Amino acid sequence: MSTPKTPLNKSGDELVASYYDLHEHAHPDGYSTNLGFWIYLMSDCLIFAMLFATFGVLGGNYAGGEGPRTLFNLPLVALNTSMLLFSSITYGFSMIAMQSGKKNATLIWLFITLLFGLAFLTIELTEFHELIESGNGPQRSAFLSSFFTLVGTHGLHVTFGSIWLVTLMVQVGRFGLTAANQRRLQCLSLFWHFLDVVWIGVFTFVYLMGTLR
Amino acid sequence: MADHSHHNDHGHGDHGHDSGFHASMKDYVIGFVLSVILTAIPFWLVMTGALHSPAATGLVIMGFAAVQIVVHMVYFLHMSPKVEGGQNLLALIFTLIIVMIVLSGSMWVMFHLNQNMMPMPATMDGMG
Repeated sequence: MSTPKTPLNKSGDELVASYYDLHEHAHPDGYSTNLGFWIYLMSDCLIFAMLFATFGVLGGNYAGGEGPRTLFNLPLVALNTSMLLFSSITYGFSMIAMQSGKKNATLIWLFITLLFGLAFLTIELTEFHELIESGNGPQRSAFLSSFFTLVGTHGLHVTFGSIWLVTLMVQVGRFGLTAANQRRLQCLSLFWHFLDVVWIGVFTFVYLMGTLR
Repeated sequence: MADHSHHNDHGHGDHGHDSGFHASMKDYVIGFVLSVILTAIPFWLVMTGALHSPAATGLVIMGFAAVQIVVHMVYFLHMSPKVEGGQNLLALIFTLIIVMIVLSGSMWVMFHLNQNMMPMPATMDGMG
């Protein structure tokens, strides 16, 4: 590769090097992962904001069909909410076990978290199934389209979080609580608690406010 | 708790990769108890209709949601100005501003559109 000389008598590489910081400094492994992951979560937050706005705008259009008051089963939603809350604190316990270097305790708490996550998904899918079976699928009205999109997107996040959780359990099981695995567990911790924050919005705006409409 | 035992090699001064969020049992328990209370009350209010006014109930449960989100941010997500030199917090505040604009803007615009584009006296139900 021939690099043409520049008027300043610098080779191309030197010129590039003088403008850009090409050399990796001795950053510790995973430097700024936390901030980067947080910014990813914030972009996710914007996606949910769009879906909440869509639900807010369309959520009152029932197209002559049933509304939230008759469709939503609040005791079931309360149960679902408690599953997610429990999974948050059990994930917290696994982080505490991780910080004190207890591999088995970390894995056990992660497994319990997974069970709560799966219970949440099961309840949500049951709810979706009942809605669709009774002719209130996403195609029924604008209200139901936006409902399924918003709540379904949250459910998808929980699904991928659960897959990620299983992946990390395998990682920790095979390689132990290495620095890299700890970093991954911390990222998933942010992700998992963040989903709980989104769910606060879902149960408040979609289920509770919907029932009040 | 041996917090810093496994982060010995901070090659780069202050901004080590562990970023300072060290969970403590106390944080999680406080966060959990507050969350249970802040979740139970809105559900109870809506399910029993204790306030007798949907508008008032709506405002109250929105207040509870806002407080609970802050509780989660502080006790579970360990948000504080200290983490990553406050950059996480700045990103969060920026996002919240955008979220507020998106939500309030959409609702405001669409509410007025609905008002201005409903010339027919008949209900719009069934036209979808």
